[in-house]
Amino acid sequence: MTLEILTPEKKLYSGEVYGVQLPGISGLFEVLNQHAPLVSALKKGNLKILKDNKNNFQNYSIQSGFVEVLNNKVTVLVEGAIEA
Amino acid sequence: MAGQLKEVRNRIKSVQSTQQITKAMKMISAAKLRKAQDAIIQMRPYAKKLQEMLSNIVSNAEGGSNIKLAEERNVEKVLLIVITSDRGLCGGYNSNIVKLAKSTIAEKYEAQFKKGNVTIWNIGKKGWESMTRNGFKTDAAFKDIFLQLNFENVQTAAQAAMKAFENKEFDAVEIVYSEFRNAATQRFVSEKFLPIPKVENKSNNKKSDFIFEPEKDALIAELMPKILNTQLYKAVLDANASEHGARMTAMDKASDNANELLKSLKISYNRARQAAITTELTEIVSGAAALQG
Repeated sequence: MTLEILTPEKKLYSGEVYGVQLPGISGLFEVLNQHAPLVSALKKGNLKILKDNKNNFQNYSIQSGFVEVLNNKVTVLVEGAIEA
Repeated sequence: MAGQLKEVRNRIKSVQSTQQITKAMKMISAAKLRKAQDAIIQMRPYAKKLQEMLSNIVSNAEGGSNIKLAEERNVEKVLLIVITSDRGLCGGYNSNIVKLAKSTIAEKYEAQFKKGNVTIWNIGKKGWESMTRNGFKTDAAFKDIFLQLNFENVQTAAQAAMKAFENKEFDAVEIVYSEFRNAATQRFVSEKFLPIPKVENKSNNKKSDFIFEPEKDALIAELMPKILNTQLYKAVLDANASEHGARMTAMDKASDNANELLKSLKISYNRARQAAITTELTEIVSGAAALQG
């Protein structure tokens, strides 16, 4: 699946990933390949990109935002994020 | 004669040094303009996706939702957010925005203005100076956003406006700014910020069975402030690009004018020089003739 992280200031991440962990407003959750269509609000927290199914991670600490999953494409909209 | 020559020479010198300054300012503005345009382009995917998400949710939701920020009230107290630049020398840019702000007040909010219920939040020093001088009720809390232009600072301003709206300190909020078209043209606009216009349900949107988290209405309520943040941020970025565009055009014109002025000054300089030479020659010739005579 493809992942895109967008902020108002720039496109932060774009590429193929194995999965992504997101701080949903009602709890942490993970999106893997072929996830059903989903729209969720995100709260401030840690976003973890799983680059492959080995232990290859990339972390971002994000401000509040949204995630949309549609047609195996995950779009994360956040107002600010820094690579941690 | 010699005195006039020197005067013209001095003027040529001063025009030349002014032209150097205007040329340099033009180059700087061109570079800054590119950066400003870049920022706008960087923001577009975010803004577009946010709108898409909203329409996705709305087309999947039934019935209207009750959102505080969309509440239409009797307009008694008005807030105008006026975005100008911090610096001058950009042609009619700042004065046009101030003019538009004044005409907006005169046309739409005259009754409220007479009761002293029109407040102005200035972003940018120039507009603040001019409007304060003219006796408007201004607030300089967000005047210095251009000193450090980033999303976070703009967001603070947007949130303050939303909070004031929710607390009924204002019943309507408008942004007055200049929309960026291209380097030479700006469009001065007055745009409604709050209350949020009702979102149309465009039913041609493909329905997908989204999982919503939390439920749709709460999601819409979460989304609205983000969209407003983005709207104000876009306005500020647009204004920033417009400012540099306007300054570039103004400085380009100034350099051209300096060139023309130099041309005519050079002609009068040469004329004065030639006149001096001719007089001197005549004096010598006539002096020699007198001696021989």
